[in-house]
Amino acid sequence: MSALEIGAPLIPFALPGTDGKVHSTEDYQDKRALAVIFTCNHCPYAQAWEGRLIQLQQEYAERGVQFLLINPNDATKYPDDSFESMVRRAAEKRYPFPYLRDEDQSVARAYGASRTPEIFLFDQDRVLRYHGAPDDNYEDPAKVREPYFRNALEAVLAGRTPEPAKTPPVGCTIKWK
Amino acid sequence: MRVEFLYWEECPSHEEALARLQAVLQEEGIVAHVEVIRVETEEQAERLQFPGSPTIRFDGKDIVPVPEGTRFSLTCRVYHLEDGRVSPLPSKEMIRRALKGSLDTRTHGRRSG
Repeated sequence: MSALEIGAPLIPFALPGTDGKVHSTEDYQDKRALAVIFTCNHCPYAQAWEGRLIQLQQEYAERGVQFLLINPNDATKYPDDSFESMVRRAAEKRYPFPYLRDEDQSVARAYGASRTPEIFLFDQDRVLRYHGAPDDNYEDPAKVREPYFRNALEAVLAGRTPEPAKTPPVGCTIKWK
Repeated sequence: MRVEFLYWEECPSHEEALARLQAVLQEEGIVAHVEVIRVETEEQAERLQFPGSPTIRFDGKDIVPVPEGTRFSLTCRVYHLEDGRVSPLPSKEMIRRALKGSLDTRTHGRRSG
């Protein structure tokens, strides 16, 4: 399964969120950039980067950037990724973004996602401009040398091409059914 | 000393964790063979009581106590570091502390025995 290529258009979707609403990509048409981020509860990599994603969303919200977090994992094998656990985590961590459930994994498959976390950043025209990891150090935010996602956000908001546009996603494999 | 390193291939940090373990052993002057065990199936994870990748044991004791009721399965393991951060692998300090604890147990065991 190959991932969406840089330059590809957004694949629309509508998924249920932990806030009880169904979130569609069409709901966010006014946003200057949209980041579709595959993540989950149980994975230590997702947990390690979670705080940084929260911080980035808070920082970039007023500049018209919206993150949509999607958990596609099989919750029968990984109960920490059940919808109920997602609701709890979103509340505990006060997620400033929708946290969506991809129960049949169709969205993850359509995007060709393979890891959690894995970022797909689309510009205002909903063209894929960045795909990959949040930065180059999952373990220590103080030791990040390459803030890939932040740099990509800045580039997209300035109408530039992110450099790099692609990095290898680092994290747990998506747990397929 | 018996040193075991258990990992699941799908968690990408196991090589870094093994390097940390070997570095700590070297820094502490411990010459020990590290038994590297690749866990590949859920049955194997259950049998080996594998709480996630990576797992390090000294003389059969996990470097971080495994809570009661932990599900043994093929998963990546969450480590809570000293400063509260979450990491997919243990810090050198965590490994070192557990190693010293095991060495102390051995020493005291010999004295009392």
